[in-house]
Amino acid sequence: MGLVYRVSGPLIEAKEMQGSKLYDVVKISDYNLIGEIIKIRGDHALIQVYEDTSGIKPGDKIINTGFPLSVELGPGLVGSIFDGLERPLDKIYSNSGIFISRGITLNSLDRSKKWKFIPTIKDKKVSEGAIIGYVEETSLLKHYILVPKGLSGNIEVNEGTYKLDEPIGYIDKKEIFLYQIRPVRVAAPFAKKYEPKELLTTGQRVIDTFFPIAKGGTAAIPGPFGSGKTVTLHQIAKFADANVIVYVGCGERGNEMTEVLTEFPELVDPLTNKPLMERTILIANTSNMPIAARESSVYVGVTIGEYFRDMGYSVALMADSTSRWAEALREMSSRLEEMPGEEGYPAYLASRIAEFYERSGDILALSGKKGSLSIIGAVSPPGGDISEPVSQSTLNIVKVFWALDAQLANTRHFPAINWLKSYSLYFENLEDYYSTIAKDFIENRNIALNLLQMEDDIKSIAQIVGTESLPEEEKLILEIGKIIREGFLRQNAFDPIDSYTNINRQYYMLKIIIHLYEKSKEALLHAKTKDIMSLQIVKDVMRMKDLSNDEFEKNKEILIKRIDDEISKLGVLS
Amino acid sequence: MIKPEYRGIASIEGSLLVIEGANASYNELVKIRLDDGREVIGQVIEVSEKYSVVEIFGPSLGFGRENIGVVFTGDTFKFSVGKDMIGRVFNGKGEPIDVDLPIKEEERLDINGLPINPYARDLPNDFIETGISAIDGLNTLVMGQKLPLFSGSGLPHNEIVAQIIRQASIPGKEADFLIIFAGIGITYDTYLYFMKEFNKTNASSKLISFVNFASDPSIERIVTPRLALTTAEYFAYKEDMHVLVILDDMTNYGEALRELSSAREEVPGRRGYPGYMYTDLASLFERAGKIKNKKGDITQLNVVTLPGDDITHPIPDLTGYITEGQILLSRELFNKGIYPPITPIGSLSRLMNNGIGNGKTRADHRQVADQLYSAYSLSLNARMLSSIIGKDSLSDIEKLYLDFGEQFEKKFINQGRDERRDIEKTLDIGWELLSLLPESELTRVKQEFIDKYYKVKKS
Repeated sequence: MGLVYRVSGPLIEAKEMQGSKLYDVVKISDYNLIGEIIKIRGDHALIQVYEDTSGIKPGDKIINTGFPLSVELGPGLVGSIFDGLERPLDKIYSNSGIFISRGITLNSLDRSKKWKFIPTIKDKKVSEGAIIGYVEETSLLKHYILVPKGLSGNIEVNEGTYKLDEPIGYIDKKEIFLYQIRPVRVAAPFAKKYEPKELLTTGQRVIDTFFPIAKGGTAAIPGPFGSGKTVTLHQIAKFADANVIVYVGCGERGNEMTEVLTEFPELVDPLTNKPLMERTILIANTSNMPIAARESSVYVGVTIGEYFRDMGYSVALMADSTSRWAEALREMSSRLEEMPGEEGYPAYLASRIAEFYERSGDILALSGKKGSLSIIGAVSPPGGDISEPVSQSTLNIVKVFWALDAQLANTRHFPAINWLKSYSLYFENLEDYYSTIAKDFIENRNIALNLLQMEDDIKSIAQIVGTESLPEEEKLILEIGKIIREGFLRQNAFDPIDSYTNINRQYYMLKIIIHLYEKSKEALLHAKTKDIMSLQIVKDVMRMKDLSNDEFEKNKEILIKRIDDEISKLGVLS
Repeated sequence: MIKPEYRGIASIEGSLLVIEGANASYNELVKIRLDDGREVIGQVIEVSEKYSVVEIFGPSLGFGRENIGVVFTGDTFKFSVGKDMIGRVFNGKGEPIDVDLPIKEEERLDINGLPINPYARDLPNDFIETGISAIDGLNTLVMGQKLPLFSGSGLPHNEIVAQIIRQASIPGKEADFLIIFAGIGITYDTYLYFMKEFNKTNASSKLISFVNFASDPSIERIVTPRLALTTAEYFAYKEDMHVLVILDDMTNYGEALRELSSAREEVPGRRGYPGYMYTDLASLFERAGKIKNKKGDITQLNVVTLPGDDITHPIPDLTGYITEGQILLSRELFNKGIYPPITPIGSLSRLMNNGIGNGKTRADHRQVADQLYSAYSLSLNARMLSSIIGKDSLSDIEKLYLDFGEQFEKKFINQGRDERRDIEKTLDIGWELLSLLPESELTRVKQEFIDKYYKVKKS
């Protein structure tokens, strides 16, 4: 037991702390505030405190738990909302009302609920990470029970209905439970890592067709305020074809978490028709909650993600926003009086960010199942300028960059992902995948990107000479560019049909636009761009995203045929 | 209980006192008594076994090591609130300045409040009709939202705030607002202007004001908004009222925060503002909202003056990352004589979708707004193009857009200072303007709405 020596905001210096280890969790004063040892100097320890330190004074007692910051993992995680220390916010609400008071000690997972456990293990001997059996946690998810870390030997488990603190059996006479505990700052072990080769479909056309993320991959979405980071992340959380979604709201708005909590239970997964909340876990450290817990929230999130990955699931983690986490690091660093690096951020910023994203991956778990953890991080650069340290350190490590553009957002073009600045390094890995959808998928995508690039070049010429004096081919490219932008790239997240487009339909929509371009180009020999663009078919192509999936299926071939017919008629008339 | 007075002052630097040997606790409120009878309050910002650092909220003129004594209250900064605060005026420290009549204390609350459990929040979804087209039509305000007004020096943000206060209502409910006005570093003129405007509509009977004048100690500016929000929480969650809080001007608050940080000799962040400014601002803005099973709610409409009209300046930048959108004023529109000079480009209401649509405003609202946005931004492109190559070289469609842009500014954005347009009127003007464009340009509106509204009003 130690004593408080000095208090400065979320940093406490303690004395008489012999025997402390780095990252041990401590409890401070009679308020029972939770803190973590981040520096040891002689018998003094520096502690970052996860709760408000008002009222703490020198001489208050400190108890070292001797354990690093850890989370409980087991049935009951899915559909819940936790704070940055994995405390259940719904229970806190029912216990202590609308405000979060300090020193709350509640179990992360409900101890009173009973779960039906079905053993599946055939072997007598098991080792760490092996699947013992499962619990049907939600209609969307079988929660596999894994052998906890450090255990192996002869197993004996029984089918039955258990509460979390009732043993389900024994491994070498040691009791095992439905839940396990893992430290958050250590990456969980796995057998093997693969190159990500499967598309994480999100239903967002600009992402899936142009700048895809692979299952097990990493992506960053930096942008100024109002450019739609959060809406894009919410869309991915809703529609990504992952088994489990972990959404970390790190230092962001309280109402955004409320939006997820209100909307998700009502939305159904387009693939399974089950409520989206049945595969979602929320971690919320809103901007007015204590800053140190912002740092822990991303680690809590990624540890939960790894746990489901180890069961053989594909997991997608969204962190909004990693900048707030970095700012929390900066604040602690400054209070520790460390030598500041660029813009006051600590010199270890880049390595912390890299470590975090490296916990993603397409892996073979210790259980022998294949699983993946994809990580998508929002970045909030000051003034929208991505030359700052957090954006740059992030871009150095992630493979997909969705460049949000304030100008696009200002004109209400959403998702405001700039098609000329964004990139995805997974595109080549995914070529086989795309070929299974259609042989010319990649070709169409490349033609479209090229047209958009040409559109941009021609626009800058048009600013000098005016659009009227451009040659017909160039006028056509401007028009087709507009159709790609308005009819394909722009996608309304709030429209029930437009919000999600499956990958086959994405392919066909783009194919129709490219077909329109090619036929129009041929027609330029005897017709003007203006005449082609006033055809009814052009308006219908522009509006094809309004069609329901059934209508689109019925009409897609007709649209192609009408392009041929209407354009060829134009030739005859002139 | 009378607490002992400490006299062991080690040093005084600006607004910081270092006291040796006192057994203080972090964030404790202290009273500093001068021998001449003055009393100033302060707060403990760092404690250790050997010393405590106290920040003084008030003028430190005449402070010496020998002539002051410090009393540690053993409590954090708390504020007494009660129902009879309505109609009263307080200074930036929470003392009544209108009449010499104390407030009957019903609760004593910590001014820093506690973070709202995100699970306890309810999604704000009640439309507030301000009667201003540029807000209602394009960036709708909802109850429980925090929406700042980004302005520039010399722009009429105070007039707009006053107009909103006069006109705001919730269609169908006609519920009364309680307005809490917190002037932060404002001039006496501005104060007089607001009082005059509030009196015009009898608003003063549902108004509570906290005023920290430009001439008051800047450190008080840290306290003023917290008093206002503590009062707001009491009325919203205990008295079931819809509270509209106006913090004017948050730029002065940010400046005070920087001053304080520099006095504390902290490592400065961007442009000298402290690294924790984001968190600090969030601790104010996040006190807006709507709570499950509570009738009352807190809406914030805060003024932020952009220093040098620069939206990337740390104060507006961090504000924009926390608030649910922003209403941006444009000097260009102002110079053209447009009132209110609210530019859609750069303005945003994140909660708009929850408060509009069928049953709330009108089914076509979202799409009309999107189409007007798109058309207005294309009109600005056409305007730029015409300034380079001349109007005559524009294509026909570009000329139509050019005209649309002018009409949009004159008929949609522009309106009288006392003109109150209901939402139907606003959307109808929108359609009237969209009817200037050919139907094929209206790609953001569904066919059913085109059939219903396009060119209907144009006879």
